Amino acid sequence: MPRLVSHPDEVKIISRRFGQGAADIDKYIALDGYKAVQTAIAKGTDWIITEMKASGLRGRGGAGFPTGMKWSFVPKQSERPKYVLVNGDESEPATCKDHVIFLHDPHAVIEGTMIAGLAIGSKMGFIYLRGEYRYLLKIMEKAVADAYAKGFLGKNIFGSGIDFDIVTQTGAGAYEVGEESALMESLEGKRGVPRIKPPFPAVVGLYGGPTVINNAETIASVPHILLMGGDAYAKVGSERNGGTRLFGISGHVVNPGVYELPMGYNLKKAIYEVGGGVTNGRKLKAVVPGGSSTPVLTADEIDVGLDFDQMGKAGTMLGSGGIVVIDDQTCMVEFALRTIKFYQHESCGWCIPCREGTDWLNKTISRVHAGGGVEKDLDNIRYLAENMLGRTFCPLGDAAAMPTIGFIKKFRHEFEDHLNGKPCPYAHTEEPALV
Amino acid sequence: MADVTFTVDGKKLTAPAGTLLIDACKAAGIEIPAFCYYPKLSVQAACRMCVVRIEKMPKLQTACTTPVTEGMVVATETDEVKQARKATIELLLGNHPLDCPVCDAGGECELQDMTFKYGAAESKYVEIKQHREEQQWSPVVYFDRPRCILCYRCVTVCGPGMDVWALAIENRGVHAVIAPNEQDHLNCEECGMCIDLCPVGALTSGTYRYKTRPWEMNHVATVCTHCGDGCKTTLGVRSVNDGVEIIRGDNRDKSGMNGDFLCNKGRYAFDFANRTDRLTKPLIRQPDGKFAEVNWDHALDFAGKKLHEIREAKGGQSIGVIGSNRTTNEEAYLLQKFARTVLGTNNIDHHRTADYVSFAAALKGKAAHTASLRDTATAPAILLLGNNPTDQHPALAWNLRSNVRLNRARIYIANHSEIKLRRQAKAFLEIPQDGYASLVQYLAGNDGAIAANDSTAAFRDAIRKEESLVIVFGSEYRGRDIQALVDFGLSLPNTKFAALGDYANSRGAADMGLLPDLLPGYVPVGDAAHFTEEYGAAMPPTAGLDLLQMFDAAQRGDLSALYIVGSNPVSRYGVDPASLKNTFLVVQDMFMTETAALADVIFPAANLYEKSGTVTNTFGDIQLAKKAADKAGVRTDFELIVRLADRMGSDPKRLVPFGRGVYADMGQSRGAQSGEADRHAVWLAANHLEPKLSPFDPFATLDEIQRLVPSYNVSRLELLAGMDQQEKLDLVQIQPTASRRDLVLPAEDTLFTSGTLGRYSDMLKAIVESRTTPNPAETAAD
Amino acid sequence: MSTPATTIFSPATAARFDRLVTLYPVKRSALVPMLLYAQDEVGYISDAVVAEIAQRVGIADHDVRSVLSYYSMLRTKPAGKYNVQVCTNISCMLRNGFGILEHCKKRLGIGHKETTPDGLFSLEEVECIGACCWAPAIQVNYDFYDDLTTEKMDQILEDYKAGRGKETV
Repeated sequence: MPRLVSHPDEVKIISRRFGQGAADIDKYIALDGYKAVQTAIAKGTDWIITEMKASGLRGRGGAGFPTGMKWSFVPKQSERPKYVLVNGDESEPATCKDHVIFLHDPHAVIEGTMIAGLAIGSKMGFIYLRGEYRYLLKIMEKAVADAYAKGFLGKNIFGSGIDFDIVTQTGAGAYEVGEESALMESLEGKRGVPRIKPPFPAVVGLYGGPTVINNAETIASVPHILLMGGDAYAKVGSERNGGTRLFGISGHVVNPGVYELPMGYNLKKAIYEVGGGVTNGRKLKAVVPGGSSTPVLTADEIDVGLDFDQMGKAGTMLGSGGIVVIDDQTCMVEFALRTIKFYQHESCGWCIPCREGTDWLNKTISRVHAGGGVEKDLDNIRYLAENMLGRTFCPLGDAAAMPTIGFIKKFRHEFEDHLNGKPCPYAHTEEPALV
Repeated sequence: MADVTFTVDGKKLTAPAGTLLIDACKAAGIEIPAFCYYPKLSVQAACRMCVVRIEKMPKLQTACTTPVTEGMVVATETDEVKQARKATIELLLGNHPLDCPVCDAGGECELQDMTFKYGAAESKYVEIKQHREEQQWSPVVYFDRPRCILCYRCVTVCGPGMDVWALAIENRGVHAVIAPNEQDHLNCEECGMCIDLCPVGALTSGTYRYKTRPWEMNHVATVCTHCGDGCKTTLGVRSVNDGVEIIRGDNRDKSGMNGDFLCNKGRYAFDFANRTDRLTKPLIRQPDGKFAEVNWDHALDFAGKKLHEIREAKGGQSIGVIGSNRTTNEEAYLLQKFARTVLGTNNIDHHRTADYVSFAAALKGKAAHTASLRDTATAPAILLLGNNPTDQHPALAWNLRSNVRLNRARIYIANHSEIKLRRQAKAFLEIPQDGYASLVQYLAGNDGAIAANDSTAAFRDAIRKEESLVIVFGSEYRGRDIQALVDFGLSLPNTKFAALGDYANSRGAADMGLLPDLLPGYVPVGDAAHFTEEYGAAMPPTAGLDLLQMFDAAQRGDLSALYIVGSNPVSRYGVDPASLKNTFLVVQDMFMTETAALADVIFPAANLYEKSGTVTNTFGDIQLAKKAADKAGVRTDFELIVRLADRMGSDPKRLVPFGRGVYADMGQSRGAQSGEADRHAVWLAANHLEPKLSPFDPFATLDEIQRLVPSYNVSRLELLAGMDQQEKLDLVQIQPTASRRDLVLPAEDTLFTSGTLGRYSDMLKAIVESRTTPNPAETAAD
Repeated sequence: MSTPATTIFSPATAARFDRLVTLYPVKRSALVPMLLYAQDEVGYISDAVVAEIAQRVGIADHDVRSVLSYYSMLRTKPAGKYNVQVCTNISCMLRNGFGILEHCKKRLGIGHKETTPDGLFSLEEVECIGACCWAPAIQVNYDFYDDLTTEKMDQILEDYKAGRGKETV
């Protein structure tokens, strides 16, 4: 069972109910649950959108698109039914924040889904969880059943005259399905290959109907925002980055865990104060700041605020909020290899640059790590990655190319240390125990 | 949609808003490369080759998914774009085997062409390539998996294009492969469209693979000999010891009425022509009952003399002639002229597969009411009555599907079985097998004609509301029923019709007067004045025996001679061999058919791929067939008819009006050898000249046809340029007559049969066998 | 026909499938969950599973194969009763994920995607399972185990061998 952590710097908004048994519907209600949705019904669609825009909430999946704006793109009138889709296909390596939301506060996801439905005029929502999260799916299924039993879902919710249904759905192992249109394909019973855009989901989405698709954390934030007010939420965060977000700190850190920090919180502080610093008293070598697809930062690049804009300026991305701390005993070539191996495994294969590029990079970096590389391979790795960047059908190609470029740019010397038959300088047989 | 103006590579272009950039550029002569894109079929955005730089867009955009908009500024060949394409090719070549020297696609490979253009010449890849074993999916389809670049064109053409859905993608990432529907093999229509569209040598055909290199072939675009649709097929031919062999059939330039489409038969069932058991020497039956090979001179002399004797002794009425629905119009025409003026008989007929006579009668004098095959791809609404085009008219079926897919055409279908095209139909009505005539009565307003209900009423209402309708009907409609159907159709604002019959030139056979009662152009035999004037010979004034009557007459001993050209009535009509024992039988054919086996003299004949001339598809579209192949020892039916007439003492110049109105280069005239004459015709056509110098020249006969048959008076210029020309059926001179005997016998061919000819296609046989061979495990369990 | 006359599944699963296809605007949406649940019951996606599910959602067998071969949790060959899935992705790798994998290989005597002769265990190196902050982590079938050490790993395997392991599904 994932252990809960706490730190004084945390601002607990979305994690407010964690550890309090809020998976139980009565407990959830006691903790202000299902109030936001009733307020939303009372105040109407325009109010919801206004509050959401005011909150400055940006998509927590990684792309950081303003949520209120996304909802406002959905046409008011539509021949086809509209849908709300919750993306709980959390698969980006180093990311486990939705995991704790489903575990500790499933009703917040349900309530957020209902509010999104009210905002766009949808009558049906889907909550899609990755296949590996079966025990969380069971928690979600129970929460949905309990909400139906209370009459919160189904016909005439809260006496509003509005019907709203929620169906939970499981994936079956595919990172690519985290891409919004691939998720829709998967939910329609197909291969998780992304769709050509435009049209965007807000216009033509699930089953051809206008669809709002949001990350589970984004959706779970919604009831809290309506409860505290959009402006108040925005004030918690940094400029143009409203609120808080769940940061998962993992790797060589003393107190790994999922922490709720205000947007813009300093990365260095997050590692050394919140995370308790590097394990075994070692030195920091590098940080992957927002899930495996975000370009690596070296130890001296981490004095930067954790929001979409500041991270962008630092040459990387906020991504999914998964901060990976890497100590000075780590082989960056092996780290790069494990990263590209993942994208090679997860590439859907639809487009040439991603399909062939990830495979080629995987093979070449693998050979380099094994000592079979020559100088030219390093240029080749960079050339390949740079030629994938921006050329692929969906962002997975970029997700593979960006970190690779980062590793080869910032740690080329480590790659060079592996060339011409040299053994991995960091090879060790016995891992030291983590403290 | 309204036009928008945009700039590509500095050129101001205009196109309707919404046009895809890649298409708009192509129309302006700017080629944007693509593997996965295929016009009007597949938009996948998968290969990333068509990337272009569009101003104000953050990154390179795919031209295949970007609609043109007002003011858009595009650059298609900047260094950045070229580098992107080069890198994509490099990535592909990382895993693509470089077995180009043995690959079927070598020389015709889009990957080769792009590598050449974008210069991905440096081998960056040193890793081991993904290797996978080659697979045979069907007698026709082979899949060389490592060569596949996953452009998904095959999947798209098989799915939305063919509505077969036999191909899918399995696995993901670099392990993704195209997989057939039966795990290790295909169960499909074997159309070969997947092979045709494959940009590389991943999908190859069982009939062509590893046989030659593309540049070793000559490519001749001609008309398919199989069904009545008249698709253009391009035959790849190569000289061999005994002539010119066909190695490949495909839809190379896609310039025919069939557009992108070609079916299994048009693509692969040319192999009958290469069979080693083809007849190549004339045969005469000896007193011991066995055939002996004789030389041409002897065989022609023998047959000519014998026919002459019989005509002199018993008169023309004792001789019968059966023509073919696969010979050219000129040959069919010549055969009837030979029968009527040389043999002196109206006993002439052919295997009728549709009642074109009644159709002509119904439309007489009504201009612009016949539908071309092309119309079926564009008409806003089509009513399909009877027939099963998926099996019997694959190109028509393709057009209907494409028309629905691309233009949202409305297809209405009434049939006695649940034909596959109902899946594209807006409305489908299942009717009894004998309910076609009553359906027309119902459509025309007679509520009691069928068991009407809401759906029949909706069906009728929808059709009657159509402002422009094409009615396509099968051979279920004959005689008066056709008249009723046409009358109903003409009551609607704007209707065109098409009658469906089988084989490459069934329509031509009827048009050209291979009928006992009608001359070319459906002129009654009793009204032959301008024919006799042109022919300078008398013709029998009364109708002759039809096909069945001829065999009855033979049975009675009243038919002394029968001349059968390219037809196998003994098998088709189940004729008792004994009934022909007292009839002198002359047969022209490619093979020792059931009919040929009874002959006294057999002339080995050329097929449609070995001759030039015109053919008319079932829609009345007239096209030029060009000589592609050659087989030593065989002669065209045209030449054989002329030679037979000559040996009967008739003047060939009367039969073939060559030398009239000569406008040819005398120096290029090569005289009497048929193949030479044909090749000469091709050369002359290329130089805008027409050869009329040889008695074996079909174009001299076409001149005469065009003089005597007004409906065939179409543009020679377009015809010789390879374009189809719609016959003008309103100009027929038929007299509506009392009811004629209904002799229509539909071929009932499937996708893998083609009358007698199909039995001589090893490929078609292999497909049929592959479907009927019982599963060994099941056999063991019995 | 969505409900087949005869089914290869248990009455409970068959009933669940009967309901599943009614939940969505299109039946096909039930495909991926059905495949996973069918695998839970049968152990893998057999040809019979493909055929019945194809019938239930009204698509061709090879369309089902096309879809199932996309998802990495779905398998067409049997695995062990307990499928030990060891994450070696970055967060786990940094905290000895590979050590855990090697340890499992040694203990079970099998490699990646192999099954013990008694059919009890199979082993799989998997991509990130979403337990990064509690690394190193594994899943045995659907049950998570985190903050692992080789000693804890031994205990987990022992528990399953003795029939004491967690079994969510």
